Amino acid sequence: MITALLVMIFLAILLGLVLGYSAIKFKVDGDPMVARIDAILPQTQCGQCGYPGCKPYATAIAKGEADINQCPPGGDAGAKALAELMGMEFKPVNEKHGVQKPKSVALIDESTCIGCTLCIQACPVDAILGAAKQMHTIIASECTGCELCLPPCPVDCITMEPVLENSESWKWKYPIYNIQKAQKA
Amino acid sequence: MQLKNIFKFNGGVHPDENKIASTRLPIAKLAIPKKLVLPLRQHVGHVAKVKVKPGDQVFKGQIIAEADGNISAAIHAPTSGRILKISEEILPHPSGLPDFCITLEADFKDTWIEKKPIPWKKIEKTQLIETLSQSGIVGLGGAVFPTHMKLKTNQKQTIHTLVINAAECEPFITCDDMLMRERADEIIRGSLIAQTILGAEKCVIGIEDNKIEAYEALKKAAQKTTVEITVVPTLYPSGDAKRLIYLLMGIEVPKEKRSVDLGIQVFNVATVAAIYRYLEFGEPSISRIVTITGAVKTPQNYEVLFGTPLSELIKAAGGSSNKQKKFIMGGPMMGFDLPSIDVPVTKAMNCVIESSPELFPTPKPVMPCIRCARCADACPVNLQPQELYWFSKSSQLEKAREYNLFDCIECGCCTYVCPSNIPLVQFYRYAKSEIIAQDKSKEAANTARERNEFRLARLEREKKERAERHAQKALGAQDKQAEDDKKSTIAAAMERVKQNQQENIKN
Amino acid sequence: MENRSPYIVNAPSVSFIMFKVLLALIPGIALYVYVFGVGVIINILLASLTVLLTESVILAIRKLPIRPFILDGSGLVTAWLLALSIPSIAPWWIIVLGTLLCIIFGKHLYGGLGYNLFNPAMVGYAILLISFPSIMTHWQTPSALMASPMDWLDQIKIIFKNNLLTKETIDAMSSATPLDYIKTQLTLHQTLSSIQQDKIFGLIGGHGLELINLGYLAGGLYLLKEKIISWHLPVAFLSTLFITALMFNVLSPETFASPLFHVMSGGSILCAFFIITDPVSAPTTPKGKIYFGAGIALLVFIIRIFGGYPEGIAFAVLLFNICAPLIDSLTQPRVFGHK
Ligand code: SF4
Ligand code: SF4
Ligand code: SF4
Ligand code: SF4
Repeated sequence: MITALLVMIFLAILLGLVLGYSAIKFKVDGDPMVARIDAILPQTQCGQCGYPGCKPYATAIAKGEADINQCPPGGDAGAKALAELMGMEFKPVNEKHGVQKPKSVALIDESTCIGCTLCIQACPVDAILGAAKQMHTIIASECTGCELCLPPCPVDCITMEPVLENSESWKWKYPIYNIQKAQKA
Repeated sequence: MQLKNIFKFNGGVHPDENKIASTRLPIAKLAIPKKLVLPLRQHVGHVAKVKVKPGDQVFKGQIIAEADGNISAAIHAPTSGRILKISEEILPHPSGLPDFCITLEADFKDTWIEKKPIPWKKIEKTQLIETLSQSGIVGLGGAVFPTHMKLKTNQKQTIHTLVINAAECEPFITCDDMLMRERADEIIRGSLIAQTILGAEKCVIGIEDNKIEAYEALKKAAQKTTVEITVVPTLYPSGDAKRLIYLLMGIEVPKEKRSVDLGIQVFNVATVAAIYRYLEFGEPSISRIVTITGAVKTPQNYEVLFGTPLSELIKAAGGSSNKQKKFIMGGPMMGFDLPSIDVPVTKAMNCVIESSPELFPTPKPVMPCIRCARCADACPVNLQPQELYWFSKSSQLEKAREYNLFDCIECGCCTYVCPSNIPLVQFYRYAKSEIIAQDKSKEAANTARERNEFRLARLEREKKERAERHAQKALGAQDKQAEDDKKSTIAAAMERVKQNQQENIKN
Repeated sequence: MENRSPYIVNAPSVSFIMFKVLLALIPGIALYVYVFGVGVIINILLASLTVLLTESVILAIRKLPIRPFILDGSGLVTAWLLALSIPSIAPWWIIVLGTLLCIIFGKHLYGGLGYNLFNPAMVGYAILLISFPSIMTHWQTPSALMASPMDWLDQIKIIFKNNLLTKETIDAMSSATPLDYIKTQLTLHQTLSSIQQDKIFGLIGGHGLELINLGYLAGGLYLLKEKIISWHLPVAFLSTLFITALMFNVLSPETFASPLFHVMSGGSILCAFFIITDPVSAPTTPKGKIYFGAGIALLVFIIRIFGGYPEGIAFAVLLFNICAPLIDSLTQPRVFGHK
């Protein structure tokens, strides 16, 4: 009885030591929390989360001021990744902040544009080119689809065009073979 | 024919060859079709730049779209005629999505543009490469990588061995086999040209031991030349470039490296023949040999102009013999279903197989993986397909990457031997393209972050500058010389607009 | 569109593989009947019936298609292996209970075929051994050694109605296995050579038992030839067991039995070719298989010599099943073109 107890205690101590040691040895001192959160956020910079951009939202999450489910562009997948990082329970994206939409880019109707430069100032990633009184265009590859340029436009010449799948961006789909289906067929 | 010094790679499989049916008849020329549809993307790299507009009259061999940058290939008119339109058409691609194509209406005169043979022995190498980039030649084995890029070498990369891939290991496909039988001479000459351009010491042709006639023809043509012909045992996928290099030389091309880094370059037989025809006769890449086989009435190889609708080829082969009308492009191991029979023949199309339930029965029900490791035994890359399957299936993409998913060549050997009938390769394709997409969006997010930070920093700077200017004004410095600074003008304008905007918001 | 290349396959089905395994067990079973009578056949039938019924019920509950999963044959293999592992004179409910345990706790609780962490047959066996040690260690005396050999009626009686028989008859019919016998006698300070004088010992292993093991060996070689199993596991297991036993035997021949004895008695051969080769619960890499087989052999030897049970295969296998994923991840083979 005593020996058994002693063995148990010895084992417990040994395991504890090993665990403690590995915790010190393999500690990951990676980026600070804000940067790790920011790395998950989609960088659309749309402000739907209630903060003026992704970084401020990341800072707020790190401080514990904001919930992890306020970013619609990141969608549920993003919320899941955040939950994992923060060690929290996953919550689907709060619809108050908006719903996830297919990725779109802004398109300026160049014949209507009056060259007022208002959209340039709204764009968080400088994706709009143009000078005063001249027609403006959007660099589609840089546009994050944040829609911030829509409201300032006095002539409503900006529309959001969903990005369609083409033969370059096309992806192989998840195979849909399962036993039940094969049996029915 | 004898096997010598072969280095065997792990695994591989022996599917039924099914090559005899399409080698009974010689290569035939397919008639010029009424309309030709030429996709701008028939190669790896940048889409070719269109050089014609609807209504233009073009000659056979004239460039109608030119290479855009280095990694790109030109497209030539396969026959003379009139450009009809430039529009989106369905491509022979697994996605079945449309992409831009030039449609050419043939005038059936087939008049060549003036052909200019190239005195390749005399001109300088860089210039030669430049000329070759106009040839439209891409890897005709299926990889469709622009050929001139592969002939380009620099000080760092000296090529010692040129390997000519004549393995053609996939079942059903015989276009290279027939080309070797009938045009061995062109292949040998092309190989020698490529060898000279590359400055390689050696040129080895690797051919599987099931192509005896082709081997004999090559041997005859290679007499009195330095080209070596090495026979490798018939084993799928010996035609994969890295596998073939290993078979012939016992050299494993390290991961994330290309064979050129080791001084080895690989060309397909059809590609070297095309190089020969371009340099010797000035004929650009406008046609290729395509095998049409499977359930069609008369399987055969045809020389087909690019852009010819597949339906013409099917008609020539006696039409389809079953109702299903399903066609596969490529071989049965790595091919894919064609979205329609109206797709054009492209540079990548080496073989079209009409599917039938007898040839390719519907797959049996999928069972759980029993971890029997038969797949691992068959994998020529020595991967652990059962682990890759597990990670891909549960979308643990990072894990899949860690287990070297990207080393998988999608050869299908694992699926071929799996007792549980699991479509393993499909899971790998899914996982790969998902990872690539995720990487891309990560990258896009990173640029967006950078651009946003840059903008914030700029706004900050402008605010500071403005504050300084105000301070200066307050000090009574009335000289307006600061105004000649262009930047400040813009800043002031910005500020005005900003105020406007704020007012707007207030209102 | 259906992009399902490769369009052609050439693989034995799971059912085919399992059928071959069953086939490979036949010589062993035939010799079993020759040595012990028909008892084992009854056990096999009982086990098979139980498997078919339970699996059908469980599959129906799990809303899985019944036909493919019954036909895959993996349940039958489990049932047969269990039936061959328990004493052939154990009462009928032992095998029924054992099979139930195998299928429920060993297989379907983990998700069914392909998902079981442990070897199902060994799960059932281990639980039986812990719960009913006396039944599980009383083996039938080989017919040839009995004063009046049992006929098949007696055997059926003993399996189904053993309360009809007197304690004496049962005792006469049953005896310890050679491994068990050596163990108990050694504690009584006998020397090995005198122990092995007992009639239950044969030329190398147990009387009759060695013959059955030869039958299993033949089946195992057949599986190797048919490429149903790879050589790594049996070779690693048997050679490790042999070498370890040899070392001890050389040190002290009077306390440690000969290596051949170890290889040819107990369940060694069955274990080497049929039990540890269950692909689902074993490692998949060639190196991993070698470590796995060797490790189990070591543990089996240790349990046989130093442990509380005469035979340690079940526990050794289960312990190493836990390690299989780890072994796999540590023994990933070199990928083409990698260092
Ligand atoms: S809601 Fe918009 S601004 Fe906020 S974190 Fe998401 S993408 Fe960034
Ligand atoms: S162009 Fe418009 S939608 Fe696109 S990033 Fe700029 S502000 Fe957002
Ligand atoms: S061959 Fe199939 S069943 Fe066997 S381990 Fe590979 S994936 Fe699993
Ligand atoms: S498809 Fe990939 S994993 Fe499967 S055998 Fe080929 S290389 Fe190996």
